[in-house]
Amino acid sequence: MGKAITVGIADLNVAKVPDSLVTYALGSCVGVCLYDNSKKIAGMVHIMLPLSTEAANGADNKRRYADTGIKELIELMIKNGASKTSLTAKIAGGAQMFKVASATFNIGERNVAAVKKVLAANGIRIVAEDTGLDYGRTQYFYAENGAMEIRAASKPTKTF
Amino acid sequence: MAIKNVEQLQAMHLDVLKEIGNIGSGNAASSLSTFLQTSTDITVPIVRLLDFNETVNFLGGPENITIGMLVNIVGDIKGMMLYILEEEFASQLTGTLFGAPIEDLMNLNDMEKSLISEVGNIMSASYINAIASLTGMTIDISVPMLTTDMVGALLSVPVIEFAQVGDKVLFIDDGFTIGGKEIKSNMILVPEMDSLETLFTRLGVSV
Repeated sequence: MGKAITVGIADLNVAKVPDSLVTYALGSCVGVCLYDNSKKIAGMVHIMLPLSTEAANGADNKRRYADTGIKELIELMIKNGASKTSLTAKIAGGAQMFKVASATFNIGERNVAAVKKVLAANGIRIVAEDTGLDYGRTQYFYAENGAMEIRAASKPTKTF
Repeated sequence: MAIKNVEQLQAMHLDVLKEIGNIGSGNAASSLSTFLQTSTDITVPIVRLLDFNETVNFLGGPENITIGMLVNIVGDIKGMMLYILEEEFASQLTGTLFGAPIEDLMNLNDMEKSLISEVGNIMSASYINAIASLTGMTIDISVPMLTTDMVGALLSVPVIEFAQVGDKVLFIDDGFTIGGKEIKSNMILVPEMDSLETLFTRLGVSV
């Protein structure tokens, strides 16, 4: 068993065999896992908001946003030996934690949409997804086989 | 100078917020005593400015399961308040009023939800009324939204609102004594930056 590298909120990291990545308690945030199957290199970014271009006060922390966060993760993975064309994605999160009376504010849904748009623009296929609904998720991602594991309060663990 | 993020607040501003916290907690203690029909005391609240990770650590780590109650602040100032209750606190409440602890934290029944929402309402209204009476502003809060989940996921909701401007949240740590038992709950206040500026201007504190 390798070590589990923690990815904080608005943060990212890369893991190689035998290590894994974990991000805790995704709410409306989205955890994006990228994997190069031939090189066994795993990457994870925990984004909070859709697009840096929509940010009111400029993108102060690039890792907060789907577009700049995923871009930085891809660059870091390439630096670690991954090839961009072999990357696939598994994503989780984007829940609506509170039932809001006025449905205008569903940041989770907007985050998931932005992540999909950015991945598509980079030619990265999504092979698994556990998004939406109304509960928090902890996401594990294993460099050894690219498996994504999702744990939630009083729910069975799911593997993708 | 406009306030761009909470980190720019100075000791003087924090003192004002602490005073609001003190008045709010005082209001809350007397309202809760009446509501619960038992003696309720609140110690002087500890008001802190914390970043996301610090807040989560104070609340028992990201995967700690808690009840969260979110209200929107509307009117002359805008923002969000998140009230965090541990199971122990909630069970003390239901024990006091219904004579039984919480049955299933993840699936609160209607009686439990209604009780916790009412207490959350009392808590958030106490702080909001403290601000309103000190400033003469008109401020309202929305119907509370209640859920139980990992505290990190709950906290991410108001923090995302905040993330555009700054990293820190206002964290109010309340120590209660209800029916002789000491317990804690936490209020997290996330005002819009413009609103914070309005607030300080009204109070005559330069920004």
